[in-house]
Amino acid sequence: MAVTTSPERDIVATPMQRAPREALYAGAIALGLFVLFIGLRTDQNISNELILVQRWWLLAVLVVLTMAGRFLYVAYGQPFLANQKIVDVATGLLPESVATRFFRLPYFIAAIVTVAVLVFLAGSLDGLLGPGLAGYARFLRALATIYALASVLFYFRTFIHAHFSALGITALALYPVIVVLVLALYGGSVAAGFQGSLKWVDNYGIQILIYVMLAWGLNIVVGLAGLLDLGYVAFYAVGAYCYALLGTQYGLSFWILLPAAGAMAAFWGVLLGFPVLRLRGDYLAIVTLAFGEIIRLVLINWREVTNGSAGITGIPKVTFFGLMTFNVSDPNYIAKVLDIATSSAYYKIFLYYLILGLCLLTAFVTIRLRRMPVGRAWEALREDEIACRSLGINTTTTKLTAFATGAMFGGFAGSFFAARQGFVSPESFIFLESAIILAIVVLGGMGSLVGIAVAAMVMIGGTEVLRELDFLKQVFGPDFTPELYRMLLFGMAMVIVMLWKPRGFVGSREPTAFLKESRAVSGSFTKEGHG
Amino acid sequence: MQYFVQQLINGLTLGSIYGLIAIGYTMVYGIIGMINFAHGDIFMVGAFTALIVFLILGALFYSVPVVIALLVMMIVAMLLTSLYNWTIEKVAYRPLRGSFRLAPLITAIGMSIALSNFVQVTQGPRNKPIPPMVSTVYNIEGISVSLKQIVIVIVTALLLALFWYLVNRTSLGRAQRACEQDRKMAALLGIDVDRTISITFVMGAALAAVAGTLFLMYYGVIAFSDGFTPGVKAFTAAVLGGIGSLPGAVLGGLMIGFIESMWSAYFSIDYKDVAAFSILAIVLIFLPSGILGRPEVEKV
Repeated sequence: MAVTTSPERDIVATPMQRAPREALYAGAIALGLFVLFIGLRTDQNISNELILVQRWWLLAVLVVLTMAGRFLYVAYGQPFLANQKIVDVATGLLPESVATRFFRLPYFIAAIVTVAVLVFLAGSLDGLLGPGLAGYARFLRALATIYALASVLFYFRTFIHAHFSALGITALALYPVIVVLVLALYGGSVAAGFQGSLKWVDNYGIQILIYVMLAWGLNIVVGLAGLLDLGYVAFYAVGAYCYALLGTQYGLSFWILLPAAGAMAAFWGVLLGFPVLRLRGDYLAIVTLAFGEIIRLVLINWREVTNGSAGITGIPKVTFFGLMTFNVSDPNYIAKVLDIATSSAYYKIFLYYLILGLCLLTAFVTIRLRRMPVGRAWEALREDEIACRSLGINTTTTKLTAFATGAMFGGFAGSFFAARQGFVSPESFIFLESAIILAIVVLGGMGSLVGIAVAAMVMIGGTEVLRELDFLKQVFGPDFTPELYRMLLFGMAMVIVMLWKPRGFVGSREPTAFLKESRAVSGSFTKEGHG
Repeated sequence: MQYFVQQLINGLTLGSIYGLIAIGYTMVYGIIGMINFAHGDIFMVGAFTALIVFLILGALFYSVPVVIALLVMMIVAMLLTSLYNWTIEKVAYRPLRGSFRLAPLITAIGMSIALSNFVQVTQGPRNKPIPPMVSTVYNIEGISVSLKQIVIVIVTALLLALFWYLVNRTSLGRAQRACEQDRKMAALLGIDVDRTISITFVMGAALAAVAGTLFLMYYGVIAFSDGFTPGVKAFTAAVLGGIGSLPGAVLGGLMIGFIESMWSAYFSIDYKDVAAFSILAIVLIFLPSGILGRPEVEKV
């Protein structure tokens, strides 16, 4: 009988020996992936026929970059990271050691000085450096500001950690005021402050808070009750169209239609949930996805009511609780009543506080519900459905309440969205939105309200920041549009964050029920989204 | 009657394409229990690859016989699309195996967004029309059957036969089925689980690439966003047939194809997708694990 021995495997190549080979593999794969898609480009010529444009140099650059990246990672990155772990263990600085090395006082002072100098020179930057370099200088200023702010946060981390909710809410409540004040000082007049704050309050503040609210609503379904819902945007659409249709057709006020939209969405949640909630896992996921698509297709095709893909325009604005309005032509326009200068920023700031209030309502309800029997039943259901049933919990009604509650908050957010935009169309309610909301919930660490808010800020704020990178045009030429790369980077960021933190930003839970003392539970001990 | 048979043929063509894509979903689900959301975009990448190969052939040679052109398109598309799916599995799904269930789902959604936008960025956002490759239409007793449709059905049937042989008669297929039943046990018995999973992704992508090529040939146009709708419908088909079951995926694909063509023929073309999705929901209410799916056994 022949005795076979496995070949010796213990000859471990050094990183330097492995790196060139790995780089070659990476280069070959990159070449294979990109050869047709980047090496060639399909374009229409004058007679509308497709022709191929060759871009081999771009392909070569990308392949070489991939190879170099892989080489550096295998040769230096991996040994460095491995080494870092040993150092961390030796110094006992886990897990903050990287951060303490990154945030140091000299760096902080350097950043402050950079920001101060560049702000001081703000007016004359273009003259001093020319438009190209000035763009870089502004980018540098932004980076230095972010670094300085992050350092401050880092030095006060224990304090912040202890008072996170209070600090967070205060910061959010003061945000528009600070923005207006800073911009007023910067621009030299109050009017300039209000005008400049539009972008910051609307694009960053309101946009992010809408997603925070949607993600907190979906969190009830996915994070607490553990039901995977891929069609959450349907309830958002129901809420938006509820306000859009009733507001334009019957002239009803936002304050009546807000609860109506929530009730309508909850009703649809029950309607969908009732027949399908006995499905398990991925069957439930696909039915919710199908439901989301059905709603969108009906909105597109039922032209008599929804005006099809053209959407509904002229949705009335929210009034200041019926006392003042934000329409310049009205006699009780806010600026006339309060006798101040006319500005469109008041409406945005009011909307900001409105959505902030709705978000806090969602958070409050979620926190309170988690302590009530129904919330505990949700979490028990997520952990073990069979155990739940044997303990006498009616799983169908428990799931239905979770579905309806989540849907209701989606409906609130939807009616707010319609009021903010003044225009709704089925375009806003595509599957991608559901996917983004779900991604925020999962990236935030499912069930953790703070984590979800952070995830929304990072993902939505990050894509908004990409709109600002105009200086890249100087690098890549004037026909380079950074906005085009927004969703590409968004998708890649989703993958990278998930690989980096598979449990989400906040991977531990505060238990709602405990014996003697409350100890945070690692997220690894809780189940999610198994239906 | 003629009209009905005509719609039956249209439905069969459409269903074949959905079936080919659905197999990729169902195989991946069967083996690692995850919904591969990027599969629809893999299909789109396959179609785009075929489009570019078609243009290259047109630019290099004066005229190429259609059969050879189609074959070359299919083979190149299969190779490159497999490379895409293989890389995606390696980069985005493998590190998360053993992590909790929703993690790979989110990376799959991220990959789907990244892939479609990658194609948009590199190839432009417009629809890409090609001149018709095959335009022969046969007329049999008032029913018109185009050569395109015959090609689609024949290619699908051939591939399914080959695929059936691979899964049921080769050691590779045996390894796949073993991994599907119990990955840990299969690993103990000497099956390279990682390799088997990679091959599953490659096979799924190859079938999706063929579906993409056939889609391009049938409709003559492709755009970067065209992965989503066929992808969702193929996934619906996989669930309808019972996810994890290969004959179920084909059956589900055909059903979705028939529902769609019948609904647009007899009722309204606007609501054909609504009909397909509604029938999915209704079927699942009565058969909670699809038509051919094994009912899930609950172990306590």
